[in-house]
Amino acid sequence: MTVLKRTRVLVIRVGDVVVKAHPPATDGDALARRLAAVRELDYVLLAPLGLERLGDRLVSLWPAGEPITVDDLDAGAAPWEEGGRLLARLHSRPVPPGLPPAGGPARARRALAKLDDAGVPAAIAAPVRAAYRTLWPDTPRDARPDARPGMRPDDDLDGAPPTRLTHGDWHLGQLVRRRGGWLLIDPDDLGGGDAAWDLGRPAAWYAAGLLDPGSWDRFLSSYLAAGGPAVSASDPWRELDAPARALTVQLAATAVATAWRAGEPLDPAAEALVSACERIVAATTVSI
Amino acid sequence: MECPKCRGRMRTFDRNGVHIEQCDNCRGIFLDYGELETLTRMEAQWAQQSYAPPPPHGGPAWGAHHGGHHGHHRHRSWVEALFSS
Repeated sequence: MTVLKRTRVLVIRVGDVVVKAHPPATDGDALARRLAAVRELDYVLLAPLGLERLGDRLVSLWPAGEPITVDDLDAGAAPWEEGGRLLARLHSRPVPPGLPPAGGPARARRALAKLDDAGVPAAIAAPVRAAYRTLWPDTPRDARPDARPGMRPDDDLDGAPPTRLTHGDWHLGQLVRRRGGWLLIDPDDLGGGDAAWDLGRPAAWYAAGLLDPGSWDRFLSSYLAAGGPAVSASDPWRELDAPARALTVQLAATAVATAWRAGEPLDPAAEALVSACERIVAATTVSI
Repeated sequence: MECPKCRGRMRTFDRNGVHIEQCDNCRGIFLDYGELETLTRMEAQWAQQSYAPPPPHGGPAWGAHHGGHHGHHRHRSWVEALFSS
């Protein structure tokens, strides 16, 4: 038995099966709807073997795939193209009726709350909080996507991006090799949403100066070449700007809270994300 | 030295002959007379050396400069961040 992850979720591998214990407060009905949707997404998302309740925890069972390793990255073999193509395929599928909203905006809000939970001093958290306030400047608090847990996929606000099938928490760790092909995993935040958020994390890394332009271009070009609908080929940052700001805030808040809790200084990656928050505030203030 | 803004403790760094005081608390930076001009001159020289064509898909107004080194992405924490939520 191997423990693969122990955070809000516990993930262990036993032989050819991966067992995932979901957080105690997980909405069982929403998770069941998400898993049912995944079963209709052959060749895009890895399908589960089952869902059980053990005490107060929901436990899902999965066939084991082969994840990306640090060695893959060191060898320059990060599957950016495969990630871009799989997201393009996911975003092109219809949103199944009854699927909950994608969990991306709620993740950003939870990350911001970590600053308080960790007791980060106001002066240190200030750039991250200020950047968060740029995300939905014209929308009343109650109507923001992060405050609408009950929003239905067809509840588009005027001028809001179209609701598409969205992974909700995409990064390279959400890709596995299985039977010679690549698949997305982890539908815990799958739902209807602004699909550009799935590109938001690499976009945030790129904008922070962490992800090199070559890798970013491989990812975005593959997404567009595969018909990815969430961003325009002529001006992708028109749609990417807001999600990239949201993910920058999310990643910076998590990094600052983690460092503060551990009593350690910010590492260079965290410094780069906080600097990006400062630039977001400066750029937004100038444009208003 | 005490931070003029928040009264935090200022620490001194030397960067390429430029003397920089940074506050441990608010991260504000204090420069001595003439040092801003020195930094501006060095930045202009660096930008000239490391000019690169813009990436094909552009970037946001608040994006970082990608001209020169890419030291960050080999950092251990950064590699781990690529995999985790």
